[in-house]
Amino acid sequence: MPGIALLVFREVLEAALIVTIVCAATRGVPRRGLFVGGGLILGVLGALLVALFADSLANAFSGIGQEVFNAGVLLAAVLMIGWHVLWMSSHGRAMAVEMKALGGAVQSGSSSLMMLLLVVALAVLREGSEVVLFLYGMVAGGAVGVLGGLALGVIAGAAVGFALYYGLLRIPLRHFFDATNAMLTLLAAGLASSAARYLVQADLLPALTDPLWDSSWLLSNDSLLGQTLHILIGYDARPSGIMLVFYIATLLVLLGGMHRVARAAAPRAGHAAAAIAAPPRP
Amino acid sequence: MRRFFLAASLLLAGFSVQAGEIPEYKLVISNHRYEPAELKVPAGIKFKLVVENRDASPEEFESTEFNREKIVMPNSSTHIYVGPLAAGRYKFFGDFHQDTAQGTLLVE
Repeated sequence: MPGIALLVFREVLEAALIVTIVCAATRGVPRRGLFVGGGLILGVLGALLVALFADSLANAFSGIGQEVFNAGVLLAAVLMIGWHVLWMSSHGRAMAVEMKALGGAVQSGSSSLMMLLLVVALAVLREGSEVVLFLYGMVAGGAVGVLGGLALGVIAGAAVGFALYYGLLRIPLRHFFDATNAMLTLLAAGLASSAARYLVQADLLPALTDPLWDSSWLLSNDSLLGQTLHILIGYDARPSGIMLVFYIATLLVLLGGMHRVARAAAPRAGHAAAAIAAPPRP
Repeated sequence: MRRFFLAASLLLAGFSVQAGEIPEYKLVISNHRYEPAELKVPAGIKFKLVVENRDASPEEFESTEFNREKIVMPNSSTHIYVGPLAAGRYKFFGDFHQDTAQGTLLVE
């Protein structure tokens, strides 16, 4: 059972961190629980479907269906997150002001909630389908304690998510949406670089020097911290060159877009909403 | 962004010309173990790694040392592209059966 719990935990952790950031980014938005919940349910259903059709998926595109699918899911999530951060850079300031005035409730705009619902669904679908396949193998192999392991793994993964969420809530309101926007931007850059990794594995993209560096002596990919930072900021101990290209391209596009949108939305406010700390490398 | 895509497609085009000369190596998963447990591959070139799963349960071929992961369905076979790698030893494992499914790429 410990082995089962550990694997489930690692998969759930990835999805939980993403869901947590989405929850923080939609703080105060009415009906956001409905949207996040809907995303979770859609994601679980999607995971079951993907696992059910894993054979056909594996054989699609002459054997690289899995990579194409994963890269597609990741890039779709990048697009949705991108949409949300651009939208937020014109509405975020107003939302924070409104939250202060109304004691936490935001009436204005929930227009990008649908995008975040899909981000949650895609995260759960991707990690969940691996859990389903793994558990299927365990049950087929007659392993004991499968349900217990599943429960333990899910609870532990969700607990880390909750801890991060309540940590994030300590950020002062004034900076809150700037912070969540920065986190979403780094998350999107990391997801884009993961998509590049799948495309290299399928030989659809050149690696452009692999690995570009090796920092596994400092922080390895399979350590808990390494894995957490992998999701949060796209950390990779042995990235290929193309992964860095995808990472930086995503950052540049989003930061540039945020800057423009913010300037267009608030021409009088000189230092508008797009301010964001210099991002670390993946 | 457009320039980035242009660069990417040029690289893609350049790469597909040299496809076809890629050597192939094979791993078999049986009883949740890799066979061979140590696979010799050449350094400095890209190669195709075929992984065949003869077990009745799915496995995930994974390496954090050369950064690859792919699910291999029961009684079927899949492939990934690896490298070019520098000479050395690189561990890989089966994520779903880590107790037994362990192996090494010996790159030389």
